[in-house]
Amino acid sequence: MSNLSMGAPPTEKAIEAQERPATRSNLSRERLRSAWLFLTPMILVLALVAGWPLIQTIYYSFTDASLTDIDGAEWIGIRNYWEYVDYGDGEGEYFGLFFDDQWWNAVWNTVYYTVISVSIETVLGLVFALVLNAEFRGRSIVRAAVLIPWAIPTIVSAKMWAWMMNDQFGILNDMLMTVGLISSPVAWTANPETAMWAVIMVDVWKTTPFMALLILAGLQMVPGDVYEAAKIDGIHPVKVFWKVTLPLIRPAILVAVIFRALDALRIFDLIYVLTPNNTDTKTMSVFAQENLFQFDKFAYGSAASTFLFLVIAMITLLYIKIARLDLGGRGR
Amino acid sequence: MVAIAKRTGFYALVAFILVFSVFPFYYAILTSLESGTALFDVNYLPTEFSLANYRDVLTNGVFPLNILNSVIVAVTVVVISLFLAVTAAYALSRISFRGRGLLLLTILAVSMFPQIAVLAGLFEMIRSVGLYNSLFSLIFAYMIFTLPFTVWVLTTFMRDLPVEIEEAAIVDGASPFVIVTKIFLPLMWPAMVTTGLLAFIAAWNEFLFALTFVSNNDTRTVPVAIALLSGASEQEIPWGTIMAASVIVTVPLIVLVLVFQRKIVSGLTAGGVKG
Repeated sequence: MSNLSMGAPPTEKAIEAQERPATRSNLSRERLRSAWLFLTPMILVLALVAGWPLIQTIYYSFTDASLTDIDGAEWIGIRNYWEYVDYGDGEGEYFGLFFDDQWWNAVWNTVYYTVISVSIETVLGLVFALVLNAEFRGRSIVRAAVLIPWAIPTIVSAKMWAWMMNDQFGILNDMLMTVGLISSPVAWTANPETAMWAVIMVDVWKTTPFMALLILAGLQMVPGDVYEAAKIDGIHPVKVFWKVTLPLIRPAILVAVIFRALDALRIFDLIYVLTPNNTDTKTMSVFAQENLFQFDKFAYGSAASTFLFLVIAMITLLYIKIARLDLGGRGR
Repeated sequence: MVAIAKRTGFYALVAFILVFSVFPFYYAILTSLESGTALFDVNYLPTEFSLANYRDVLTNGVFPLNILNSVIVAVTVVVISLFLAVTAAYALSRISFRGRGLLLLTILAVSMFPQIAVLAGLFEMIRSVGLYNSLFSLIFAYMIFTLPFTVWVLTTFMRDLPVEIEEAAIVDGASPFVIVTKIFLPLMWPAMVTTGLLAFIAAWNEFLFALTFVSNNDTRTVPVAIALLSGASEQEIPWGTIMAASVIVTVPLIVLVLVFQRKIVSGLTAGGVKG
């Protein structure tokens, strides 16, 4: 998935400091006018590409739209989410997203994938960052090498790993059998027990460098004299790590974890390519895309998209709140 | 003794990180250079040097066209988003106006949008204006992730430039547009290279929109083309060709990343980016 996401918002104070008090002069009125002139194209594009389509998606989730007849969509209320069909004589059945086992399976897969992969990436990223922060010969080469998985397109990584994890000719089975960890070849991407782990493996490979770089940036902010002081006091390095380093880089880790989690929740391409049509790895995004464009259930897919959007929106709000608290804390 | 053990352990860890990062791509190159039955023997070291797969992918089918499409889309996306972002960033970082905080928060929120949330609405919009199956649909759609990012990073960068640099120009009565183009643009190029590069990579790698808005083989971009590369039959997956295609589209990215390594790392940490 290619998406770009950003760190903490710029502080208001920093901007205000640059504005001179002469607010009501002709000059600043002209500046104000040009500010809006400069902003309008960007706002317009974002409204067209993000705002309006989002509203449309939410609208379709309350209609009976189908892929072949989107324009003929009619309002049906919440029936895509929740519907009770009465069969008479007290018998009836619930339908809709909230009663769809396949949907909840996709939700579970997404949560499972997100929690496991982000946890592994955080721990591994921290280890990588600590290594890259140490002084050693050839460090710049290792730092460059670490960027390679990040630069490779997700689709290419999925294909590369699909080949490496091939059940008959894959190098992964060969390696593991040589070492003696497995006795017979494993069909990593097809086997229900390993399919999700195959996805997690590729994701960990691709994303750990990103985690490591974000954490490394946090590590480099820790002033060197902290370590000097700890050394003079004869404190064990492990204790220094837990008591000094980790608390100091906690904000950097927190931000990295939230970015990764937001990203993991919407995963699509890796799963679509590595394990196609596999219910064991189907995530919320894959479920939505399938319903929208393959099963001709456009409205139902829109409902799933809307649900996913709400989940991510809540986490985003949480993040903005945390980031703000953090900025406030530093300001004091 | 302990010191030696520690050093060995440390370098073992370094070696692990190196192999972990590089091996899969190394293996893809290795596979792409094998042909025939050699493909199906597991080799850890190069055994042959055959360019047959590369010839195959570049002469049969529309893959060269797919590369061209990707280049057109990514370059256009970068140019448009940088243009829109520089002017917007100037307003957001240098002029105080009512609603700026809200606008910044909105931009941040848009950057976190899951693509799937706008997919249905965007599809309908693109279809109804007749852009389905055209590269314009992708250029337009990619703004959703490149624009918030470029605006954000450039705003942060411009905000940190000293006030004095534009004071003289304001006193001289230069218009804001002149200030942006004559004073800021020359100072901004390092930040613009970084954000432009990251936006390029993001656009180059995008899959979901490219899969949804284009169904014509000639109009596809490389990620979709690679995902859909198939052999003569369902069972026969042409691994050699897939790996050759993968190497072709990845090598330029890796070269870019290694050349601009420092800039990218600073951009990543200023922004936080995943491609």
